[in-house]
Amino acid sequence: MIRIFSILAGAFFSVALLWSFGKGASSYVSEPPKPTVESVYHKHAEGPEGGFSFEGAFGKFDKQQLQRGFQVYTEVCATCHALKHVAFRDLKEIGYNEAEIKAIAAKYKVPEYNATTGEVKTHDGVAKDHFPPVVYGGQGSPPDLSLIAKARHGGPNYIYALLTGYQPQPAEVLKQFPDAKIPAGLNWNPYFANLNIAMPQPLVSEGQVSYKDGTKPTVEQMSADVSAFLMWTAEPKLEKRNQTGWPVLGFLLFAMVLAYMSYRTVWADKKH
Amino acid sequence: MSFPWAKEYTPSHPAMVWLDEKLPLPRFVYNAIGAGYPVPRNLNYFWNFGVLAGFCLVIQLVTGIVLAMHYAANTGVAFDSTEHIMRDVNWGWLLRYMHANGASAFFVVVYAHIFRGFYFGSYKAPREMIWLLGVLIFLLMMATAFMGYVLPWGQMSFWGAKVITGLFGAIPVVGEPLQIWLLGGFAPDQAALNRFFSLHFLLPFVILGVVILHIWALHIPGSSNPTGVEVKTESDTVPFHPYYTAKDGVGLAVFLFLYFAMVFFAPNALGHPDNYIPANPMSTPAHIVPEWYFWPFYAILRAFTADFFIIPAKLMGVLAMFSAILVWFLLPWLDKSPVRSGTYRPTFKKFYWLLVIDVLVLGYCGGAPAAEPYVMISQIAAMYYFLHFFVVIPVVSAIEKPLPLPFSITEAVLGKDEAATVAPAE
Repeated sequence: MIRIFSILAGAFFSVALLWSFGKGASSYVSEPPKPTVESVYHKHAEGPEGGFSFEGAFGKFDKQQLQRGFQVYTEVCATCHALKHVAFRDLKEIGYNEAEIKAIAAKYKVPEYNATTGEVKTHDGVAKDHFPPVVYGGQGSPPDLSLIAKARHGGPNYIYALLTGYQPQPAEVLKQFPDAKIPAGLNWNPYFANLNIAMPQPLVSEGQVSYKDGTKPTVEQMSADVSAFLMWTAEPKLEKRNQTGWPVLGFLLFAMVLAYMSYRTVWADKKH
Repeated sequence: MSFPWAKEYTPSHPAMVWLDEKLPLPRFVYNAIGAGYPVPRNLNYFWNFGVLAGFCLVIQLVTGIVLAMHYAANTGVAFDSTEHIMRDVNWGWLLRYMHANGASAFFVVVYAHIFRGFYFGSYKAPREMIWLLGVLIFLLMMATAFMGYVLPWGQMSFWGAKVITGLFGAIPVVGEPLQIWLLGGFAPDQAALNRFFSLHFLLPFVILGVVILHIWALHIPGSSNPTGVEVKTESDTVPFHPYYTAKDGVGLAVFLFLYFAMVFFAPNALGHPDNYIPANPMSTPAHIVPEWYFWPFYAILRAFTADFFIIPAKLMGVLAMFSAILVWFLLPWLDKSPVRSGTYRPTFKKFYWLLVIDVLVLGYCGGAPAAEPYVMISQIAAMYYFLHFFVVIPVVSAIEKPLPLPFSITEAVLGKDEAATVAPAE
């Protein structure tokens, strides 16, 4: 009885699926999906040549690079983008000492909300404060950058590709897709999901920032540096994670050998 | 229960004698997972996954309780409190990565455990109750995992909650009020987040309770084994301790190695980047996808794209998705083959591996965008899924001619001649 009922249930779902499949397949044949401008022109993000120092299970941050990236962030990105999850005290991890951190923090005005009076005052930043919100005058809302390197497919490689990927729209795009005109105020970037990004090219020319450590500030260099810096803001514990991981795995490997040996000993006289 | 030859607990230390008289807890443990539990001697490594699942539950409980000490279930600060755990709480990043990957590990282990059961017929009499409780645990796990994913209040948290609770809206007449009642509002918001947190804290303990029933029910008939032949004599079994504690130790060490390799070196590999974007009800992600362990069922849900007579496509999808799991409850009564183990069922075995491939295909399609050709592939794959459980299993079990079974476990292990010396036939 239950089996008759079950075969009927199976037939019910199968016929319904066949119906859906038939409808889908017939419209697939009568109107095959056309390529879209995104499917043709969107490019897969590639990182800088040679990769980043923090990649892989032995990866480490390059503190010099993070400091350069921080400089790019403060001089360029910070005009529009905030960094709310990062505190000034965290900068110790990228090699700044206490005095330097105090000096960096003091350049910022941090809003302070008084819950009793409802007043908002500002004070000069101190080490324990987080980077304050950024007031953006234009349209739209530039995303906070603290987690951006983990919030996009491709992570830091994506940021690098996006920053170096601005270009004029290739002429053949409009020949193939006449509707794909760049909307007013947007910019063509093949690494951006819908190819038209509101952010104007932020890193435009060599020497836009001047590095103290003598590194040549090419657009590629600045892009790689700020991408590395944003990986640090997104995953500050990356180095500690890698460093903790190896002893843990080593211990477990040892445990595995011990466990296997005791298994062999216990079962030695027992065929199984 | 036990077999007549099960070792009896005999405390030697006076303190243990005293305790055993007042509260026989050591005796209970001894009979449950100690030398007092006789287990078939021929279990293979697929029998490790039950213990591993229990271990995963413990990992989730311990890490989860500590995380709850630092998390705030408030839409205004939930995302920030998660980041606070990642950055400022001592070893908070490790706790959170262990918990997030622990959920994935739990599902990997439980899927292996379930498919072990499918292959070796672990659901068959006299073990139906173990199986029913197991499917119940799986359903509770799905609910718990879903609500846990909502807590960080990222984009996928929010939109996942919206899509999944939206499924209830497909139910005729009561659907919409039910959905509003479940969420405490028209969309996921403070009320939903708070109750999800409360339930996410509660359900693991409910799971723990059902796990205890699951193990209790297991101890009535005792463990099944790869031949599917029931235990006959003492030589068919070994005491759980030290034999299977030692064997489970190997499985546990291998499992922990792989699990921690993920936690330390690829902690975000199984997550979705969008969940590092704070929830924004005004901006829908391009592709809303659940966590990987829901993908096969998500593919079934989305496979129904056309209305079927008077049933809207969405309702069909919801019905099918729930049926896809609920059919497991019927399995002991759909599969009437007297032979348990797939090893001795040549026809069944072929369909079993087809099902494994089918579920992997469904999983792949469930994670892919809802576009062709993935939808058509998942339609075919979903069709096989339903045919497998509702038609193939009952029909094959009725017409299949199984291979000859060994007389006993001992004979299967030692061969006929040697077995005769150990356990002479009566």
